[in-house]
Amino acid sequence: MSTVKLTVNGKAVSAEVEDRTLLVHLLRDHLNLTGTHVGCDTSQCGACVVHIDGQAVKSCTVLAAQAAGSSVTTIEGIAKGDELHPMQAAFRDNHGLQCGFCTPGMIMSAIDIVHRHSGQLDEATVRHELEGNICRCTGYHNIVKAVLDAAGRMKVAQAAE
Amino acid sequence: MGVEGIGASVVRKEDRRFITGKGRYVDDIKLVGMTHAHFIRSPHAHAKIKGIDSSEAMKMPGVIAVLTGQQIVDDKIGNLICGWAITSKDGSPMKMGAWPAMAPETVRFVGQAVAVVIAETKNQARDAAEAVVVNYEELPAVADVKAAIAPGAPQLHPEAPGNIIYDWQLGDEAAVKAAFAKAANVVSLDLTNNRLVPNAMEPRAAIADYDAAEEHFTLYTTSQNPHVARLVLSAFYNVAPEHKLRVIAPDVGGGFGSKIYIYPEEMVALWASKKVGRPVKWTGDRTESFLTDAHGRDHITHAEMAFDKDNKILGLRVKTHANFGAYMSLFSSAVPTYLYATLLSGQYVIPAIYAEVMAVYTNTTPVDAYRGAGRPEASYLLERMMETAARQLNVDPAELRKKNFITTFPYQTPVIMTYDAGDFNASIDAAMKAIDYAGFPARKAKAKSEGKLRGIGVSCYIEACGIAPSKAVGSLGAGVGLWESAEIRVNPVGTIEVLTGTHSHGQSHETTFCQLIAERLGVPISQVSIVHGDTDKVQFGMGTYGSRSIAVGGTAIVKAMEKIESKAKKIAAHALEASENDIVIENGEFKVTGTDKSIALPMVALAAYTAHNLPDGMEPGLKETAFYDPTNFTFPAGAYICEVEVDAATGKTSFVNFVAADDFGRLINPMVVEGQVHGGLAQGIGQALLEHAVYNENGQPVTASFMDYTMPRADDLPSFQVQHTTTLCPSNPLGVKGCGEAGAIGASAAVINAITDAIGNNKLEMPATPDRVWHAIHG
Repeated sequence: MSTVKLTVNGKAVSAEVEDRTLLVHLLRDHLNLTGTHVGCDTSQCGACVVHIDGQAVKSCTVLAAQAAGSSVTTIEGIAKGDELHPMQAAFRDNHGLQCGFCTPGMIMSAIDIVHRHSGQLDEATVRHELEGNICRCTGYHNIVKAVLDAAGRMKVAQAAE
Repeated sequence: MGVEGIGASVVRKEDRRFITGKGRYVDDIKLVGMTHAHFIRSPHAHAKIKGIDSSEAMKMPGVIAVLTGQQIVDDKIGNLICGWAITSKDGSPMKMGAWPAMAPETVRFVGQAVAVVIAETKNQARDAAEAVVVNYEELPAVADVKAAIAPGAPQLHPEAPGNIIYDWQLGDEAAVKAAFAKAANVVSLDLTNNRLVPNAMEPRAAIADYDAAEEHFTLYTTSQNPHVARLVLSAFYNVAPEHKLRVIAPDVGGGFGSKIYIYPEEMVALWASKKVGRPVKWTGDRTESFLTDAHGRDHITHAEMAFDKDNKILGLRVKTHANFGAYMSLFSSAVPTYLYATLLSGQYVIPAIYAEVMAVYTNTTPVDAYRGAGRPEASYLLERMMETAARQLNVDPAELRKKNFITTFPYQTPVIMTYDAGDFNASIDAAMKAIDYAGFPARKAKAKSEGKLRGIGVSCYIEACGIAPSKAVGSLGAGVGLWESAEIRVNPVGTIEVLTGTHSHGQSHETTFCQLIAERLGVPISQVSIVHGDTDKVQFGMGTYGSRSIAVGGTAIVKAMEKIESKAKKIAAHALEASENDIVIENGEFKVTGTDKSIALPMVALAAYTAHNLPDGMEPGLKETAFYDPTNFTFPAGAYICEVEVDAATGKTSFVNFVAADDFGRLINPMVVEGQVHGGLAQGIGQALLEHAVYNENGQPVTASFMDYTMPRADDLPSFQVQHTTTLCPSNPLGVKGCGEAGAIGASAAVINAITDAIGNNKLEMPATPDRVWHAIHG
């Protein structure tokens, strides 16, 4: 057992976990942050994507202990109170989700995609960048639309800040 | 149309919880004292269990119990059932082998459960499972359907000699023979409809909670139809009587058919919860999904179509072998029969049809309904046939289709179905215009000059959804009725709860069903809640599959609303001292027509509950229920055309364009409908290009993870041009047809037709991987 201390969604947290505990299980089972999902066992589906120190990471590929000292942001941590993150709003407005299971991972990946490309995105780039996230419901059509829409919204939001 | 009524693309009410991580799926739920289950599964496709030694496992930390198949038998828990009886040509009933929830003696596919460990934590259960020693005696196995019916093949079940479950027929054999005798041309085709894994993104899960004091069970489960689950668990599996079993299907992360069935794991969780006296949770991992979720498709078919000298179809003859896997899943028997052969007329006038279907056991995962269920197989067969025929007869594929389209309705096919309405020319014309079909030869020539192979493929599908009426499906062997229920509760302050027996696992019911209320009663959708997925709340319902929710479930809501409206009008008339016949509803107000007198719905509702001033003899309250049994299926139809470019050097296919023109009747929420089409198209394209559940000759699955089984990803797919043509469905008051499966039904033939057009070679099976396409080009 190890004590893991890290920051999750801006709050300092500490948990006693087995050494083999994955970050995703720390979040789900110990911190009750169940918005981060597990959709596979081979790090393919991306339902578990969170941000570690601002970068999108599949939380099933990281031991909880490896995340010690870092700052983790999950889907629960990106809205400002009642105000949705522009990516969340874009997913809703473009019907970029159906069953909702892949959605948290999609949104967390998509925010990172927009950041890494400084908002300069086209459809082909978004499709290529989303290859680590599997959705079975939407055929990706509206997810791609949502990400492109959000890239514009995030630029506007950034300009306003 | 109001801003929130029928026809408005309202953004979804359910989205907020999903985009903020507040969805509540089964694995998100924790109960006090909850234990964890891990199943021990067969590594062999066919073997005898010689012994199970759990003594070491029982000594491991946190282990509470190791339970085996023999204990299930000893406790008289029933076997899994197949709920649709099919009769063979010779009049004999289908031959079903026993399927215990955990195997007591014989395992028949890789992944079949033989025992379960219950422990304090998931990891402890998993660790202990490693220490359980199961001694197997391997038996010869067979995975291929033709090999399974060959003489000397390994036999799976004593009940089914030769591994044959049934040998069924539909249609008029003699009429087909006569049609072929006078044919000017006969086109024949052999094809495989590849086995698929549904792969809803949320793996199946269950939490069972037994309350010893009340002798009551609660089951949280990933189900598309919690009431059907309760019915089957209580009536057939002997787990608990219905009134002592509550089934809750909370947020469910996709289904596509795979979460219709009641699987061994749910049964075992219930049974184990009583045995250990604590809640038991099981969450499958993805490998378990690949091994144990019912697979889809897996047909081998030979078909022949006869044409007269004018290229009119005279007859169709089809012989299909359907691989059922090792056991008969809940609705497996209906899929290659009444959901397949009954759609073999497609959009065409085919005077004579004869279909034979042989259902066969193999040592593979059981096969059942997967998005489309039988209809994709029928559509793929017919649309490849039409394309093949057009090439053989040297006519334009679209023109050959148009020449043979059904144009008058209702139309009685030779295979049971009566199509109620449609306009197939309208949908193909819309698709041809959208893709600039006329301009294709020039584009193909230009591509050729650049060294590229370009092709165009058409697929005109029709499907039958909202399966009904109950009396008819009962006469065809169904063990259930296929009606739907709705209950509308108007609260004393005028807010509304709608209880539906359908279940939303991505279909957007929480929005679209509210739109029905907004349209009729003028209540804002923010004032309406949709309640589903809990057998303690909703009295009964048949769930969601077969694109039935709006056509059947939506109509039930309309019927309940009619009753609400009728009573509310009486109350309003009484309050306004007017005649009931003079009351009209406008924007949520009950008005006396031709006057300025009105009363708002909340005041009517309050009057109903205070009961201070109701008409004489009227019961208080404003709550109504309707059970609706449709008079017919609905028949969505449409045309998909895709244009592809194939790289001859690599065999890789890229999309140039994909257009869809669907006729779903009236659209409640076009945004949601288009989303359903997109998802269906992706699954149809996935089948055509990428997906294939492969077994080796010993029955070992070789595609049991996302590393091996190719799921469609964003960069495998194009954006879609989706449009609609409209003929209203005459058999329901909303005029709606189902839209959930169309894409998966129609897309795969369009893709393969486009590729075979591009490469000039029809010898291509799904999935058309670069390797296969390269070999088709280069031999």
